[in-house]
Amino acid sequence: MGVISGNLPLYLQGFGTTLFLLLITTVIALPLGVVIAAMRISPIASLRTSAAVYTEVLRNTPLTLVFFFEAFVLPKLGTRLDFEVGAIVALTLYTAPFFAEAIRSGINSVPVGQAEAARSIGLGFTQTVMLVVLPQAIRSVIPPLVNVIIALTKNTSVASGFFVFTLVSAGQRLASANGDQVIAVLVGVAVFYVIITIPLGRFADWFEKRVAVTR
Amino acid sequence: MSLRTTNRGEVSRGLASRGAASSVLYDAPGVRTKRRSRMISWVVAAVVLGVVGYSTFTLGSQGLFDAKRWDIFNDPLVWLDLLRALGTTLLAAAIAGTGAILLGMVLALLRLAASRWIRIPTTVVLEILRGLPVLLLMLFILLVFRVNPFVSVVVALVLYNGAIIGEALRSGLVALPRGQREAGLAIGLSGLQTRLLIEFPQAFRNMLPIIIAQLVVLLKDTSLGYIVGMLELLRRGRLISENFGAGTYAFSVFLVMVALYLAVNLTVSFIARTVAKRVNRAR
Repeated sequence: MGVISGNLPLYLQGFGTTLFLLLITTVIALPLGVVIAAMRISPIASLRTSAAVYTEVLRNTPLTLVFFFEAFVLPKLGTRLDFEVGAIVALTLYTAPFFAEAIRSGINSVPVGQAEAARSIGLGFTQTVMLVVLPQAIRSVIPPLVNVIIALTKNTSVASGFFVFTLVSAGQRLASANGDQVIAVLVGVAVFYVIITIPLGRFADWFEKRVAVTR
Repeated sequence: MSLRTTNRGEVSRGLASRGAASSVLYDAPGVRTKRRSRMISWVVAAVVLGVVGYSTFTLGSQGLFDAKRWDIFNDPLVWLDLLRALGTTLLAAAIAGTGAILLGMVLALLRLAASRWIRIPTTVVLEILRGLPVLLLMLFILLVFRVNPFVSVVVALVLYNGAIIGEALRSGLVALPRGQREAGLAIGLSGLQTRLLIEFPQAFRNMLPIIIAQLVVLLKDTSLGYIVGMLELLRRGRLISENFGAGTYAFSVFLVMVALYLAVNLTVSFIARTVAKRVNRAR
């Protein structure tokens, strides 16, 4: 275990990058996801269609391929992004549709009767959505949103294959420098990931149970 | 306990899934609203097409659609290479998918075991497996067991997706009416027999959409093999575009790879959706 304590700064550097990617991407992708979800339920056909096409394409493309575009294809086209910025762009493009789907499934969990009631007392589309549907949807939206954030945490590791120094890169570097202690090195990396993902997962479960009781 | 996978195959009947005409969220549009929303629709369509068109034009003006950037695709050998790499990707996904479903079944059984000496360790292992990036699992297997990249990719995918499918199956089992288990026990089946013969088939059918959706994720994750040095579609594509020199083909090879992935994944997603619809109808 000496490897871990001896190289703590390197671990922390990787951990910092991972957290940084996670936070920035969430802050950008979440609002984008809300916009996409709103587009998908809007009365305007072309908004619905373009949001649906974007979602389908991105969800069926591997994240690695999105990174591939940013790291190898864009430079050939004359646009060179800083690798960290590129990683944020790739992660955002990829994660936004997943946020959107989580929100949409939350909206779907609101009983239709709620919207019908709102409409029958004369509320319009915006009022129905903003005052009746969304406030109820938010409770059931939180657990799937947290799950998307957990997936995002894990996805940040892909950036390590494209020149960003994340936790996994720290692990790779330390593993090749300490060939005899590979297991300890990688367990160290695992611990840092688990510190983020398991509490988030626990929170999602706890929240879901709490909501289930109040309903 | 929640499912960490989003239920992508689900056929939702809720608010957000209705078409414009039948939505409860807004009135059936009148003449004026129809005209207005059609106008907005056209404007949006024009903007979207404009952006797409502009990007295509910019790319085109850099000569990216010139024949000389695509001529390698006249060579059947290039296609053969790409398709063989796609074959490797699909093979890895097929092996890993089968393994993950089997492992998932075992894990689901263990997690519901009567003895807490089995249940608790399984839960801990499951939590940890689900909390780690697949890429880290791949690296771990690659570096610790010194196997070839293909094996490490497949094993890591089996472990990770097995854990997720196991969770899905477990929640499927828990969601079944209690009477199913009681009836099995009442006709004299053992606990395990009841699980395997009565409960499992039902849980499996109910969870099939989630499982297939997870298989799409698995298929996409084979591309992580690129990072650990497996010769799959992405790495082969990169090699081809580098071999033919100076980035001339980077873009065209990329487009072909996107098309291949989309073709495969959309097909599997489509199957998932059809299955989900059928399962829902059967209920």
